[in-house]
Amino acid sequence: MTSGWRAGAALASIVALAASSATAQTTPAKAPDGATLQRGEQIYARCAACHAVEANRTGPQHCGLFGRRAGTAPGFDTYSKAMRDSNIVWSEHSLDLFLEAPTRAVPGTAMGYAGVKDPRERADLIAWLREATLPGVRCRVSR
Amino acid sequence: MNGQRLVLPQTFSVLSRRRALVGSGLVLSASAVALLGGRDALAAGAKASTADVEADVRILNTALGAEFEAVAAYQVGAESGLLGKDALGVALAFQGHHKEHAAAISATVHKLGGQAVTAKAKYNIPVEKLKSQADVLQYAAGLEKGAISAYLGAMPLFADKALAQMAASILGDEAMHWAVLRQVLGETPVPSAFMS
Repeated sequence: MTSGWRAGAALASIVALAASSATAQTTPAKAPDGATLQRGEQIYARCAACHAVEANRTGPQHCGLFGRRAGTAPGFDTYSKAMRDSNIVWSEHSLDLFLEAPTRAVPGTAMGYAGVKDPRERADLIAWLREATLPGVRCRVSR
Repeated sequence: MNGQRLVLPQTFSVLSRRRALVGSGLVLSASAVALLGGRDALAAGAKASTADVEADVRILNTALGAEFEAVAAYQVGAESGLLGKDALGVALAFQGHHKEHAAAISATVHKLGGQAVTAKAKYNIPVEKLKSQADVLQYAAGLEKGAISAYLGAMPLFADKALAQMAASILGDEAMHWAVLRQVLGETPVPSAFMS
């Protein structure tokens, strides 16, 4: 199995999962407990060199992340071609696969980060992101 | 600073304001130059694939973008009027380090045949949230912590081990910044045995 095959399979999985979970975007998930959110926020601190919820920085803003097509954050114009062309829609499933190994999931992404390897940490991070990136509720999308 | 006095070791070297504010013409330290010694694989006579070089350049350019933002953030802090004399000296020293990191990374990208990103004209620094010295230092500490994690996450991805070594060198510096800022903020400077 070549690394290229794995990368292609990973991207296909993300796209397929994102499509299959499209309806889940509107279904309220079980609210995470406070401890989960606290752990998730602490893990998000690892992203702070490049990302913020309400501002485009080296990486795109995360406000409004869930349900957004990858490569389309308002006002962010320095996406890699790989990300723009990925056809990913961000959901719990697609984020889980991407965050585990970004460069494997989307070869050519500018996010040169090995990934959040611990499934529990990814789950906490994604739970926090779901709460913290609700546009108009928790944050404001900047242009 | 929450009433805390910034205490620095006698040997702590604070860059002069003039040097720290000079954006160009930085002279790389001998160690930085040594780290830019060339592609590990090429030096060994092996041929690095174009894809590997391109991937390394992408990682470096992302790091470079973050370094430029750190320089801008410290500039905002320095010009905010919120920092006392001692804290201002530290902020300018750390800003100077980030300028050196940026210069080293940019030179490396060029050495690899890539095009280095340049600093943006404007950064989204949340100035409305910076109302005290502690706010400024807390914001800087958050950026430094993020930088540590970013370099830690980048290191295993480099095809060229020399670049991973350079990233480790920068990571060590960022970790020292974070610890000093936490100390000044009255937090445990080194809160754990491992970073992630």
